[in-house]
Amino acid sequence: MLMETLANRNIAFSDEQAMMLDAAKRFVADKSPTDKVRALIEEEAGFDSAVWAECAALGWTGMALEEAYGGSGLGFGALVPVVEQMGRGLMATPLVPTVLAGAVIQLAGTDAQKTPYLPKIAEGGVATLALGERDGGWGLADCAASVTRDGDTVKLSGAKVLVEHANIADVIVVSVTLDGKTALVLVEGGELGDLTRETVIDETRRVFRFSLDGISVPADRLLDPAKTADALRFIELASCMLCAADALGGADSCLAVIVEYLNTRKQFGKLIGAYQALKHPAAEILTGIEQGRSLLYHAATLFDEDWATPATEIAVRMAKAAADDVAIFAGDRAIQFHGGFGFTYECDAQLYRRRSIWNGAHFGDAAHQKEKLADLLF
Amino acid sequence: MSIDPQERAAFTAEVKAWFDDNAPADPGFLLPQSFMEVGTDQQFEFLKTWQRKVYDAGYLGMAWPKEYGGHSKPQWMQDIVTAEMTKRKLPFMVNTIGLNWAGPLILNMGTEEQKKAYIKGILTADDIWCQGFSEPDHGSDLGNAQLKAEKDGNEYVLNGSKIWTSLGAHAKYMILLARTDQEAANKYAGLSFFLIPMKIDGIDPVPIKKMTGEYGFCQTFFDDARIAPSCLIGDEGGGWQVAMATLAFERGAAGGQAGGHSMNSQSVHEVVALARKVKRNGKPAIDDPLVRQQLAQFVIDQKGLHLNGARAKHKPLTEDRPAAVPLMGKLLGSEFQRRMNEFAILLLGQNANYYVGDEDAIDGGLWTRSYLNSFSATIGGGTTQVQKNILGERVLGLPKS
Repeated sequence: MLMETLANRNIAFSDEQAMMLDAAKRFVADKSPTDKVRALIEEEAGFDSAVWAECAALGWTGMALEEAYGGSGLGFGALVPVVEQMGRGLMATPLVPTVLAGAVIQLAGTDAQKTPYLPKIAEGGVATLALGERDGGWGLADCAASVTRDGDTVKLSGAKVLVEHANIADVIVVSVTLDGKTALVLVEGGELGDLTRETVIDETRRVFRFSLDGISVPADRLLDPAKTADALRFIELASCMLCAADALGGADSCLAVIVEYLNTRKQFGKLIGAYQALKHPAAEILTGIEQGRSLLYHAATLFDEDWATPATEIAVRMAKAAADDVAIFAGDRAIQFHGGFGFTYECDAQLYRRRSIWNGAHFGDAAHQKEKLADLLF
Repeated sequence: MSIDPQERAAFTAEVKAWFDDNAPADPGFLLPQSFMEVGTDQQFEFLKTWQRKVYDAGYLGMAWPKEYGGHSKPQWMQDIVTAEMTKRKLPFMVNTIGLNWAGPLILNMGTEEQKKAYIKGILTADDIWCQGFSEPDHGSDLGNAQLKAEKDGNEYVLNGSKIWTSLGAHAKYMILLARTDQEAANKYAGLSFFLIPMKIDGIDPVPIKKMTGEYGFCQTFFDDARIAPSCLIGDEGGGWQVAMATLAFERGAAGGQAGGHSMNSQSVHEVVALARKVKRNGKPAIDDPLVRQQLAQFVIDQKGLHLNGARAKHKPLTEDRPAAVPLMGKLLGSEFQRRMNEFAILLLGQNANYYVGDEDAIDGGLWTRSYLNSFSATIGGGTTQVQKNILGERVLGLPKS
């Protein structure tokens, strides 16, 4: 696998994707300036529903869905440039959990499940995934939450944490244990009990925990058991790829924040950007981002060829590791290079550093990715 | 430009077959890893013969114009040949400076006479080229070069010295950056660029022993050496611009090279093979979790380096900073080699003590030698630190240091 990995240098990027990238870049720059990001942090909803409606109108929620369900069938990799731009603008929307949930239902759902839920997602209905549990592990297959059969229904028990936008989701894909195996079950928003908003490091996000106890849903809400293992693997890889896109976008605007400050702040009679102690790390952030983007768009290319191959998994994990490393470094240095101001809430450096903690802790940090890579490669 | 896949496959097969039949056998003595380490006449003659053979087969300078000695073939053909040579780790093309930066420079800026005089000899390896840029007191500060070229009658008289002259003892020609005007408005304006003969009175290349124990560089002394005005390339006083164009070729930031690989560097798969072979705490080193993570990181780095070029072919994916990928390749590639070879030494354990020449040296002492030699690329052609200044200033727009 190692030689094959080193030999594969394929990056495909169509004119259509280029248009998408360009449109997303302009849209995010227009709709998510930093003062808007900060204003939304203060609001309970955390995102602008009018902007979200525009995202759906641009076709972003349906990009990875088949045309039969109101999507455009462009493939999941096509979301990479969009999510990268959203990361660049620290843009808060439910796009990522929504498209992930949609893709999972499409992959492992029955026709009876796809028909009601997918067209709604394509139109901009919010969906999400409830995977996390209190033990904090990254293994998606280890669920303490469970379901038991009870005639035509299944009864859920346990609790889920770190669920994005659970308060507004029409449908939630919940991971549980059923008869000793991992299963995925669809729960509708109205079926959830009390939600507790969680206090998380990335304040642009709206994240909830809730108990599953007392929830019963029809048994036909279980996703196809034969496809569950695939679905879990898809969730992990697709999430890693979009995290990498978000992280690299964020790192890039974080670098812009650094450069702006290095080009305006003077100390000892000189612009501080003239000092190599600051200039050289800025150059290192640049090369990290550039190389990360090469790895990311390679991953997106392989993902759309066939997401399920080991080659794709390798490419995605490489992109995630590289993206986390540079996003963390960029955010960390942004704080330091702003000096005393960098220590304040007012300085934008914290926004990027906080977001890089979220992305790193999501679906496996760089060290975790490298452990997995080693097992795949050596 | 789309290439007919059948034509491509047919050519690739032809190239593979030729190298199957013609790759040189192990000469029985240690070969240099790059043009910066050619220390003996035996090594030099072997490499020169090999370059000539590759040229005669039509596999060098394929995309250079036929009228000057090239083959006027498409670049993709040369790229296939070069990649095949690199993959097989065949001996490199010894006339590296001629093929990769003096040649492209002459084709780009030289006069018709200069192209006719120099290009073919570069390809055949009959005319070896060296480079006179750095001076003992002016390395990274290249613009401050002080070697004098003073007009005397119809000639320039050269006085001073250049250092790190790779292949200096074997070279027939040198690309030389010299100061023609002591009184110029600034340090750059006084510089001129010459293509000069080496085998003339007053030029003396003296070999320097390197930290690896090998030779390969010279310090070249100029003592009233007289050259003709036709040696000038570009305008008198315009040497800095020519030197910058040359460095863009040297750092791989501009195309136009004759092809053929110029250096045998290590690939991460060789370090992985080493980690399987050597032991740590009684077990193969590759079982150690930290070794595994570090090796995975090197795979990411090596793959990333390759993918940068693939991404650069898509304009929308580089349009924010088009100069970044071309300007960072030398920095990342050279530092990657240094770090990976350094790590390989750690894998050797106690055996890291054995060096080239000892029968117990693992892989013939390759790793230590490669590590020490890797500094030639992190220092030569503009140090890593200068490269970071360039990225910071030209790509990010930070103020000059």
